[in-house]
Amino acid sequence: MTSLLALPYWQETAIKLGLALAVIPATSLILVYLFLFKMMAFMQSRLGPNDTGPYGSLQLIAEAIKFLQKEDIHPAQADRRVFRMAPVVVLASTFLLYVVLPAGPDAVVQNLDTGVFYAMAVSSLSVLGILMAGWASANKYALLGGLRAAGQLIAYELPLILAVMGVVVQAETLNLQGIVEAQATGEIFGFGAIGNPFILTQFLAFLIFMIAAQAELTQTPFDMPVAETELVGGFHVEYTGFRFLLFFMAEFGTAFAFSALAAVMFLGGWWIPGFDVHDNVLNILGPGVMLAKILLIAFFIFWIRFTYPRLREDQLQKFAWKVLIPLALANIVLTGIFKVVF
Amino acid sequence: MPQLPGLIKGLGVTARTAGRTLFPKRGWKTFIPAPQKGAVTVQYPHEKEAPPDRARGVIALHEENCTACMLCSRQCPDWCIYIEGHKVKAPPRRAGGKPRTVNMLDRFDIDYALCMYCGICVEVCPFDALFWTPEYEYSEPRIADLLHDKDRLGEWMETVPDFLDYEAGSEEKVRKVPR
Amino acid sequence: MTATSDREQMAYVAAQAADARINVELDTGDMTLNIGPQHPATHGTLRIACRLDGEQVVVAEPIMGYMHRGYEKLCEVRTYPQCTTLINRIDWLGSFANEVPFILAAERLMEVEAPPRAQWIRTILFELSRIANLALFLGDMGVQIGALTPVFFAFRDRERVLNQIEEVTGGRFHPNFDRIGGLKDDIPKGWIDETRSVMTKMRTFCDEMEDLLVGNEIFQARCRGVGVIPGDVAVGYGLSGANLRASGIDWDLRRDANPGLAWDQIDWRVWTHPDGDSFARYWVRLQETREATRIVDQLLDGIPSGPIMAKVPRIIKVPAGEAYVSTENPLGEMGYYIVSKGDLGPFRVKIRTPSFNNISVVPWVMKGVYVPDVITILGSLYFILGDIDR
Ligand code: SF4
Ligand code: SF4
Repeated sequence: MTSLLALPYWQETAIKLGLALAVIPATSLILVYLFLFKMMAFMQSRLGPNDTGPYGSLQLIAEAIKFLQKEDIHPAQADRRVFRMAPVVVLASTFLLYVVLPAGPDAVVQNLDTGVFYAMAVSSLSVLGILMAGWASANKYALLGGLRAAGQLIAYELPLILAVMGVVVQAETLNLQGIVEAQATGEIFGFGAIGNPFILTQFLAFLIFMIAAQAELTQTPFDMPVAETELVGGFHVEYTGFRFLLFFMAEFGTAFAFSALAAVMFLGGWWIPGFDVHDNVLNILGPGVMLAKILLIAFFIFWIRFTYPRLREDQLQKFAWKVLIPLALANIVLTGIFKVVF
Repeated sequence: MPQLPGLIKGLGVTARTAGRTLFPKRGWKTFIPAPQKGAVTVQYPHEKEAPPDRARGVIALHEENCTACMLCSRQCPDWCIYIEGHKVKAPPRRAGGKPRTVNMLDRFDIDYALCMYCGICVEVCPFDALFWTPEYEYSEPRIADLLHDKDRLGEWMETVPDFLDYEAGSEEKVRKVPR
Repeated sequence: MTATSDREQMAYVAAQAADARINVELDTGDMTLNIGPQHPATHGTLRIACRLDGEQVVVAEPIMGYMHRGYEKLCEVRTYPQCTTLINRIDWLGSFANEVPFILAAERLMEVEAPPRAQWIRTILFELSRIANLALFLGDMGVQIGALTPVFFAFRDRERVLNQIEEVTGGRFHPNFDRIGGLKDDIPKGWIDETRSVMTKMRTFCDEMEDLLVGNEIFQARCRGVGVIPGDVAVGYGLSGANLRASGIDWDLRRDANPGLAWDQIDWRVWTHPDGDSFARYWVRLQETREATRIVDQLLDGIPSGPIMAKVPRIIKVPAGEAYVSTENPLGEMGYYIVSKGDLGPFRVKIRTPSFNNISVVPWVMKGVYVPDVITILGSLYFILGDIDR
């Protein structure tokens, strides 16, 4: 932290916290508006919201206000305390994810040396919240949804981490900033003009990461935990108003965070390929570059979401254990061999 | 399990649709995004949907033709037409003829809260007094206001479109709307 | 207060019973899951009571009647022209097709026959409502198994067909256009060409569905081998329509028992599929939609000229007697059994609706499937609630 003024620790923390708190609603707003509202509408020959604000861009704010006005309903049989805590736990997991995401050489809330490890660990916290929600709602659909979510998220955690391992082996660090540096300075077999975005050398890992992330985010084709047409919304079926809003925000906030992780690990994060720019400039340009890359990744996530039907729970598990995990393991072995040989 | 082709094709379909919506074909202007034109949806309060001429939107009453014969009201499947009339003596048509009795319409109400838009009343009317018009904007906050009286029904007469010509091979005669 | 304490007490008793069971038999017990009456997958108020073991269905029982509107009884106090307005509302997605068998039955009793032009236009409208109906199924099946987009495509393109129907009949959903002895009106100028271009669009829609769903590996994984109904079981439960043809039974009333419409004068084929699973049902319906566009195209070419109304009295009285006429509706065999005593209205009407029989196979086919498959099967059996409960 050199470029920021030398602030006392508590002031710095407060600023960072405020930023993180502001960023999550903002990011889910961007994703929802761009993809859920507009892109989906265009893919379906519609216009999407277009009355609230310019081109309907304030629609989500209007929705949020609507949610806030709604009555906060607890099911009679619900386990009240757990029921209330669940969305907060889910959202907390999202918040914690944002801590390590770098947006520039210095623009990061906390540059942890074990960044990747931390991100993976924190992201699985949301399972807890989902399970709590499913259990506490005292609803059979919610329970089924919660259990499915737990099974699915645990099954896909593994390929996710294994896919990341390939990147980690190649970059020789667990630090997310380090991974970006490694891509900026790396070369592919001696050719280093555009550095080495790991999507080129780790394409398999990228695919596995994206598929697992899709499942982790419970987006179609892996959205059985919510599955509107069978479980009528799954674990959040009993939630209304503000609490539902929290779930909703967490869903898209996490989608954003995962796209950011993918952008950092495979597309080189805030670094502009092919240009050698000074760090201080990157501190300012970085967030923009990062945003562009994140949106690109998110575009694919949502494109797939709007096109595909969903799998069945057993097919999903089979796919994780029989296809993704072996592939990910093979990828690690291959990466290791290349690392040693070259 | 997943092989690429089917999955990729699916993505192609959605992407193509998105492209068509964003960039509808219109000559050199194709490259300017115009989702307003590309989307198939009608942005209702801003632009009006134009229903076909035969659409059964609302019933118009041509009061001069109605003789209060009650046929429509009796044939209506849910009896939502209310007619009251009385007889008056009218002067003879030709000088020296007999004075006639004609039916005067006191009340002619259609309750659109009940009407199921079947068109039977229009069809059975023997004196060409009822017509369909494609207008559809007459919703009311209060259900009782959906009862249109004969003045309101008469106002709809202006919106009645002419009857359409028939496709070749038809032996039907095109009817005329009394104006 | 009493209510709460009662409920608490019951919960207590239930908990005790559950504990006892677990302690004695180590049996976690089955869970009863009510799918419906208000559930997005049933598109209507159908309720399926499932006993689940884990996510596996032990017993599934369809419970119907939430939307019973008593149409058979209502028909007894209506005149014949008024009956058609009710009959429109049975299978509300293919409503013109509902009117035809009723009118044909009444015509048979009165011994009148509609002129050829009327028969052809009837057939065209019949096939148009089949396309409108099946198009919605083609998209809706996607939603049932989680694909969001196909249903919007379906609504988009179905609207074009409905517009064509509206241009002739005046009603999108409830045409009320068929009359004893013919049709209410003739087709307006320019309609034939418009319909032709709509048919081209519908074929494009079918291609899109093929790319989006049929060719999609996830769709196949979800539907192939799910809910297999062998041919003999299908016949035993009285299935009809595409559900039967997907089980490999080549049976189509349009070809086998044409009640006088124009199907026998053109060239078309009946599609069957040997598998009998959900995928086969989807596939057969897709092919049928394509075939229907082809039928419409051919029919548009050859509409004979002439009147559209036979000579019938203005006040319709049907002579005493009984008649049953059934046609191959979008959902399957739909038939009307009319008993007349020579009045203005029928004495008794028995309506044989396809969905009622199609849904009766549910307990058989749903034994041992998983909850997601319940939805796939329900979606692929394709029922309309109004058609079950009438
Ligand atoms: S359209 Fe039908 S329901 Fe409505 S008033 Fe006329 S006859 Fe009655
Ligand atoms: S509208 Fe026609 S059918 Fe009805 S009372 Fe008047 S003349 Fe008779």
